[in-house]
Parts: sequence; C-alpha cells; structure tokens
Amino acid sequence: MARPRLVSAVVLAAGSFGASVFYRRRAARRRERVDLYYEDGSMVSLPEGSPAAERLLPIAHDVLHAAQ
Amino acid sequence: MDATQAIADLTEISSQIEAVVVSDAEGAVLGTNIKGADRAKRVAEGAARLLDEAGSAATGREGQLAQLEAATPEGSVFVVREEGRTIAATTSPDPTVGLVFYDLKSCLRSLAEAPAPAPRKHAPRKKKEVDDGPA
Repeated sequence: MARPRLVSAVVLAAGSFGASVFYRRRAARRRERVDLYYEDGSMVSLPEGSPAAERLLPIAHDVLHAAQ
Repeated sequence: MDATQAIADLTEISSQIEAVVVSDAEGAVLGTNIKGADRAKRVAEGAARLLDEAGSAATGREGQLAQLEAATPEGSVFVVREEGRTIAATTSPDPTVGLVFYDLKSCLRSLAEAPAPAPRKHAPRKKKEVDDGPA
C-alpha cells in the first residue's frame, strides 16, 4: 500500500516541478530585453526596466512597426 | 554579389528573418526586402540609433559594440555592424539568436567579397618574318 502512495507523490512532485519550469520559461519569453555583443566577445544583457533598456526598447518597437 | 541578391539568399536560407535592410556608414540604404523606400529608411535609421544609444549605454567598456538584439513579445530586432556596413533584421518572437547572427554576418561578408577579376585576353602575336638575306 505504501508503494502506490510513494509513486503518486513522486509523480506529483515531478509534475509540479515541470509545470513551474514551463511557466517560468514562458514568463521569461514575454519580458523584453536588449543584449549587446562586443568585439572582444563579451556580452551585456539589459533587462526590461533598466535605464538603458528603457531608452533602447522604444527604438526597437519603432523599427518593428516600420518593418511590418 | 549585390545587396539585393545577398538579401534574397539570406531570406531564403533563414525562415526566421522577416525584414532586412543593409546600409552603409552614412546610413544610405544599399538593399532591402521591405516594400517602400520610406519604411526601409526608417528601419535603417532606427538601427543606427540603436547602435548609437547602445554604444553610450555601457560606458567604461573598452571593446567596440559589434552587434545587438532587442527582444520583445512582438519580435526581435537584430543589428550587426561590420567593416562600415550595417545590416538590420526583424524576426518573429523568440528566434534562434546564434543562427540569426551567423546568417546576418554571412550576408555582410558576401557583400564585402570583391568580384574576381576577369581573365585578361592576350592579343595574338604576329609572326615576324626573318629575312636571311641574299645567299
């Protein structure tokens, strides 16, 4: 009797974990960001809400609208 | 290879890329697949502004900004600058970033390649008649 309970608990935990990973990745896709790549190979990611991203993202939106 | 052909090849191999504009160092549009010169110019100017603003955004860095991606839920804007030319492209949301950058750089490099010189045609040599003189 203990084994089916254990299996159910493991399946429930795995399902919860998978659902949380799926939800967090989906939420991350909706967030805006600007990634800058430099000649020395380094990269800077400017998240939505940062001062630099707030200047760049409106320009990006303008480009997207002009291109459609 | 001219810009129009390079852009046609690019959009054929990359299904994620939607609109493309190639411009020179002065901002003049060299080639695009966008219908409407005004819209193409707006995209080119926007790309130049993105590079300028981004260049001043991360101050204190020693390296030169080479490329950028602006990701939004509507789609992404990619801008690559190489050897005086800039290519700007828009894609659908959530693209394969590395692949898009590779394709854009390949497009710029194909524009930078000079055409092979045509082979020189040599004029046929005239045979000189040797005069042995009187025997």
